[in-house]
Amino acid sequence: MRFGQLPFRQAAAQVVPWFVPLAVLVIWELCARLGFIEARTLAAPSQVAVAFWASAKSGELGRNVVISFERAMLGLAIGGGLGFLLGVLTGVSRIAELLLDSGLQMLRNVPHLAIIPMVILWFGIDETAKIFLVAVGTFFPIYLNTYHGMRTIDRGLIEMAEVNGLGKFAIFRRVLLPGAMPSVLIGLRYALGIMWLTLIVAETISASSGIGYMTMNAREFLQTDIVVLGVLIYALLGKAADATTKLIEHRVLAWHPAYHASASTN
Amino acid sequence: MLQRVQSVHGAFVSQPVDRLEAGSTRSHLDERRRKGERLVLEDLHLSFGTRQVLRGLNLEVPAGQFLAIVGRSGVGKSTLMRLIVGLDRPTKGRVSIGGAAVEGVQRTVKLLFQDARLLPWQTVLSNVGIARTPGWRDKALEALRDVGLADRSNDWPAVLSGGQRQRVALARVLVGEPGVLLLDEPFGALDALTRSEMHGLLEKLWFRDGFTTVLITHDVAEAVALADRVVVMNEGRVTFDVDITVERPRRRSDVQLSALQDRILQGV
Repeated sequence: MRFGQLPFRQAAAQVVPWFVPLAVLVIWELCARLGFIEARTLAAPSQVAVAFWASAKSGELGRNVVISFERAMLGLAIGGGLGFLLGVLTGVSRIAELLLDSGLQMLRNVPHLAIIPMVILWFGIDETAKIFLVAVGTFFPIYLNTYHGMRTIDRGLIEMAEVNGLGKFAIFRRVLLPGAMPSVLIGLRYALGIMWLTLIVAETISASSGIGYMTMNAREFLQTDIVVLGVLIYALLGKAADATTKLIEHRVLAWHPAYHASASTN
Repeated sequence: MLQRVQSVHGAFVSQPVDRLEAGSTRSHLDERRRKGERLVLEDLHLSFGTRQVLRGLNLEVPAGQFLAIVGRSGVGKSTLMRLIVGLDRPTKGRVSIGGAAVEGVQRTVKLLFQDARLLPWQTVLSNVGIARTPGWRDKALEALRDVGLADRSNDWPAVLSGGQRQRVALARVLVGEPGVLLLDEPFGALDALTRSEMHGLLEKLWFRDGFTTVLITHDVAEAVALADRVVVMNEGRVTFDVDITVERPRRRSDVQLSALQDRILQGV
């Protein structure tokens, strides 16, 4: 009895989460077929699948996904990288903290999408504008969490490292940096969410390529199947980004008690 | 002073006092005291703002001695430790180790904290070898063997018990080959059984390596059971100083120890 239960439970844990999404798809398809939902309001799942196949075959979908992905990653690398560096700087040095932190905290409260008109004035509607917006959006969560992570490290550990003769750089590399990592990774997860959000907005406002452009273009021709496809692609990209961070967390935070147990079940 | 050192040694080998001067034990004594360094505190003052924590503290600890400092909480015992290890500077006065004045963090002084303070993101072995001196892996493994945790060297600190963590911290201290070992109530948070295990372990390692030991505790029974000498700190000074000449290994129920304990408690 007991032997049979465990594999069954594991199988159930794999299957059950799919029930609700599948049911939603079936009901949606039925509603569309029976005429409850008009095609110009919302395309049926089967139509979306056909649209997916068509645009994938023509290569248009791949091109747009790649360009959006590139923009997202480049913006994240620039914004996140800067945020991390400045977070480390203000986390380590009191002078840097006094000089930079209150200014950055002030800017943080400005919704970064509010500067879109200015960004268009500065950079027009080319690549720089979108990458700039993504960079601004991802900068703050990573900056804040890196800074916070550095500042909240147990002072006792630093003292212990000093007593054991570790120099400033060794303390940074072996105590401060790994100690701040859980917080930095939380910042990264926030940043990923903001990254896609920013990109969607930037691409729908001004672009001539990318998934956002693809959906806005489709809207003009009432192609709701392409619009739904675009939304699905965003969802998949978001999910992929989240899974990647989880993977990173499991590797980098293997020491953390929270990851001991889950490492074996996942 | 000579008498004090004799009592340390005589007690440990459990020999009658009249055989102490024998040649073999003499050389053993010197061998054992090789690592210990003399610790001298002269007229130490320390104030934080208007609050005076230390007010002219004088103390001389001969090389290899096991000294216990007892006192109420807040009399500046932990502050004193920080001065000796070089984390803080005295407002006035001088700390010297092995004849040299303390300036900055001392390499020969090691401190065992109240909590183990292990880096959670490094394995037990990497924690023990935190100083990363040449050949640290072998030394760290040896130190772990000394504290009976060699089989846990690849574990994360998070999976260890409180007593095990404190043993890892002890191993980390041993790798540094301390001339002076400071212990800041390291057993306070442990259960009675684990604590008595730690006492035995510390006594064994002290006897083997001969580092000068300063144990801070508010447990007077612990102090008289382990130390060669107990001093009481009060209002930033040493107010009571007694040698414990009872032979080792000591039994907690020893009548002499209980009498000493009472005398010290009156001093506190």
